[in-house]
Amino acid sequence: MLAVPLAVGLAAGVGGVGDVLRDRGMGRAAWNTLVFAGLSVTLEMGLGLAFALLLNREFRGRGLARAMAILPWALPTAVMAMSWRWIFSDSWGIANDLPRTLGLMNEPVAWLGRPATAMAALIAADVWKTTPFVTLILLAGLQGVPRDLHEAMSLDGAGPVRRFLWVTLPLLRPAIALALVFRLIQALGIFDLVWVLTGGGPADATRTVSLEAYDSVFRHLEPARGAAITLVSGAFIFAVALALGALARGRHAE
Amino acid sequence: MRRLLPVAVAALALFSAGPFLWSVLTSLKPAGELFRVPPTWIPRSPSLDNYRDVFEQRPFARYLLNSLLVAAVSTLITLAAAAPAAYALARLRLRGAALAEKAILAFALFPPAVLLVPLFVAAREAGALNSRLGVALVHAALNLPFAVWSLASFFRAFPAELEDAARVDGFSRAGVLLRVVLPVSAPALAATAILVFIFSWNEFVISLTFLTRDELRTVPVGVAMLSGVTVYEIPWGQISAAVVITTLPVVAAVLAFQRGIVRGLSAGAVKG
Repeated sequence: MLAVPLAVGLAAGVGGVGDVLRDRGMGRAAWNTLVFAGLSVTLEMGLGLAFALLLNREFRGRGLARAMAILPWALPTAVMAMSWRWIFSDSWGIANDLPRTLGLMNEPVAWLGRPATAMAALIAADVWKTTPFVTLILLAGLQGVPRDLHEAMSLDGAGPVRRFLWVTLPLLRPAIALALVFRLIQALGIFDLVWVLTGGGPADATRTVSLEAYDSVFRHLEPARGAAITLVSGAFIFAVALALGALARGRHAE
Repeated sequence: MRRLLPVAVAALALFSAGPFLWSVLTSLKPAGELFRVPPTWIPRSPSLDNYRDVFEQRPFARYLLNSLLVAAVSTLITLAAAAPAAYALARLRLRGAALAEKAILAFALFPPAVLLVPLFVAAREAGALNSRLGVALVHAALNLPFAVWSLASFFRAFPAELEDAARVDGFSRAGVLLRVVLPVSAPALAATAILVFIFSWNEFVISLTFLTRDELRTVPVGVAMLSGVTVYEIPWGQISAAVVITTLPVVAAVLAFQRGIVRGLSAGAVKG
């Protein structure tokens, strides 16, 4: 259903691929995207695993806790990005008031006004938004880990840490690989959050590849450059997905 | 460990609901309280003025209507196309079915922003810009892989004996799907429909670029573009009210259908 329009639109970009690969702005955007994807996905995998282990335990109100845990993922990114802009507001934001109340900070920080803190804010908002996806996939994976295996190791005197490392983690590997591939693909294509929260600023510090492609077409009116960027980034994302998929399968087959 | 459990669960709930709760609190603050330094946490004089203003001073009702239309139509198209495709993948031993399913899976979570440029160029050529139906079609195309994948894993779990019996009774394949499988799969269809609806309701970049006339805009775009004359006049009270109204149906759906949504999302996910 999508193949035909994609082919039509991309044909315009073939000639521009070489230019894009040598382009300064594109290099900057690619670096920002890699930094963003690397940091946010690492945090999301760690936090998602912790949440999944927690939600896999038996306790009263677990259904409600699970619903709460998937909530951020189900909310509209662009709309919640407006919430995050308000949270990170330098004068009225709770991201300044909370640390001040706790005595962690004396001076308010212009979170979205400085390159490093703007990237940190972007990552924080993304971790909030997409950790639930990792939690969900890993929780489904945990349900396939047989309980009696844990009990048997427990009888042999293995503590919770060793049981986690020797039983849970190996059995969870396919789920981890799946979550990692999907999260990485999504993070490399981030757009909504950047467009609303930082607009790529300050001084292009949070400008990502998708934003670069968007601006080529809609601000600078160079659709051929946009199509060329799409070709390059699409090929890169596809290669990453294939490589990670192969890696996961190869390890699995051992 | 056992005593730490409630604390950890509470922290998880606060982390998840925090930004939404902060929007709720903000939306109830009148203009004078909104820009107080340091900010008040609980509104001292709560009011619903922001909710009234966002409907009276902005075309917010219009945005809501547009979003409802786009999401409903795209959900219908997605399910109508996904059900037969998923059934074929699940039941017919087609050559290359496994490969096709992998390819579908690969497309299922490809970020739409990456596909934006070619999609936009093609839509412009086809004259599909500034058409809500056009956006609904693109949403359906983007959500189709997920719907096929999710439904196929439900259909696989369906007992084949029942279908065989229906075939013996003279039903065609399509008849079996329509009369036997789909009625029994209502919960699965509902779970998939809810998710696909949410995806479309939340979608931003296609709606932003395809619908440029203000009266056609969907809610996420409308909210992201709510602004004053200068950056210092951004109407944060109205924005917060709009955030709450837009997210409330999603929050309600997640709380009500948690079980189905979790199943719909993770179905087949671990096999991968």
